[in-house]
Amino acid sequence: MRLLREAWYILLGFLEMLGACGLFLLRLIRYTPYALRRPGLIFQQVFNIGAMSLVLIMVSGLFVGMVLGLQGFNTLNKFAATTALGTLVALSLLRELGPVMTALLFAGRAGTALTSEIGLMRATEQLAGMEMMAVDPVRRIVVPRFLGGVISMPLLVGVFNAVGILGGYFLGVIHMHVDQGSFWSDIHARVDLKDDFFSGVFKSFVFGMAATLIAVFEGYYAQPTAEGVSRATTRTVVNSAVAVLALDFLLTALMF
Amino acid sequence: MASVSGKHGDPIIEIRGLKYRRGEKPIFDGLDICIERGKVTAIMGPSGTGKTTLLHIMTGQVLPDKGKVLVDGRNVPTLSNDQLFELRKEMGFLFQNGALFTDYSVYENVVFPLREHTDLPETLIRHIALMKLQAVGLRGAAELMPTELSGGMARRVALARAIALDPKIIFYDEPFTGLDPISMGVIVRLIRELNDSLGLTSIIVSHDVEEVSSVSDRSYLISEGKVVAYGTPQELEKNKSAWVRQFMKGLADGPVPFHYPAPDLATQLLGEKQP
Repeated sequence: MRLLREAWYILLGFLEMLGACGLFLLRLIRYTPYALRRPGLIFQQVFNIGAMSLVLIMVSGLFVGMVLGLQGFNTLNKFAATTALGTLVALSLLRELGPVMTALLFAGRAGTALTSEIGLMRATEQLAGMEMMAVDPVRRIVVPRFLGGVISMPLLVGVFNAVGILGGYFLGVIHMHVDQGSFWSDIHARVDLKDDFFSGVFKSFVFGMAATLIAVFEGYYAQPTAEGVSRATTRTVVNSAVAVLALDFLLTALMF
Repeated sequence: MASVSGKHGDPIIEIRGLKYRRGEKPIFDGLDICIERGKVTAIMGPSGTGKTTLLHIMTGQVLPDKGKVLVDGRNVPTLSNDQLFELRKEMGFLFQNGALFTDYSVYENVVFPLREHTDLPETLIRHIALMKLQAVGLRGAAELMPTELSGGMARRVALARAIALDPKIIFYDEPFTGLDPISMGVIVRLIRELNDSLGLTSIIVSHDVEEVSSVSDRSYLISEGKVVAYGTPQELEKNKSAWVRQFMKGLADGPVPFHYPAPDLATQLLGEKQP
């Protein structure tokens, strides 16, 4: 009985957070037109969030692609089907690994940075100071960061996928001597623009929105103390990871 | 001195019957305050009486439970967000820690409100910012970052930023706390100079009796949610009330007892069981 009640409260707390997050999202969307009038602020954030994550994304993409190439080669070799290696690598990346891995890395690299930045601005009264200068911090600080994240994410996924396929190519073609022509032509023939490519882009867009929303939400509502900001940063990583994986399941079930 | 009609001259801020409680604890219980235009008014009281909360209520950062807060004729608690922001363009607020943007230089901090609220050309914005920095004596520090400033300098930069939009009212939240005597003297001088030269109304929240008395025209003493005394610093100095005397002179014991309420010491020591 007590256990049930505990579970009930946890569920209520979760729903409450979900609701608050949803309302915050509506507020961000409502202020988006204002933010678009100052594109400089958004580009600044695309640089901070996106460009600064590039090295991490590229290195990770390379390794993931190489692992795919290696595992794929070993398995396909048993069926003498190594010519399909290109398709295997490309489809795995475009459909699943690209968006999901990038989103998880994004939450760790850019999400935490956003949460702690906004949380610290709250803790040092910079947000209150802004409000006293009649500047709405949601408009001036949060919305450009949110949009920067939403724009950056699909771009990062594109880079991750491209580098990943190159990694598969290095491993398969150069190292394991899979035929170069069949590697590329197989990708060309089997990867569908709508089903494979755009579904991945759509996923990355949704993940980008979820991860950035969680990051700015946790930062904006962080307890204005050292411990509060640290807890909010942890929650950003945990909640983003869970949200991305859950959304991935949902979208995969709906789209494929 | 401006002619005084009745008890108060021309009020810019009027608070009537203010009630506010935080949790179960009442902070203000029917507070009345009137602040005259063009004067430096101090609000003093012991720590924890809600002086800063009072500033936050005047500027609409905190909503009171009951009462009128008229600022320049507008009732702050009833304003919409947009109206409140309009009103705040006429207010400057000096936070205790300065609340400077740590990632912007001193100059960028001062131009921030100008860039946000005006369409002035960059050269004009630069001139205004340098003039404001000159007013607080820190034109030479324009390119420094906030982390490179001392506490007193940071507060002066915040002051330059607060007056960037030429406000009508400026609020100082504990402007003297944690400053060395020289910086304190500088801030005292700046408060007076800016008030008189820019035609501001200044409101200071503080418990540094000496500094406040040297700069303010009028002082309110508040305690336990009510106004205890009001008057010029000289009037407060001569106040007969034991509480006011204790506060103004900084005496350890008086109506506010040195000891927190506790059972009799001997009874407690003798009666306590050994753990």
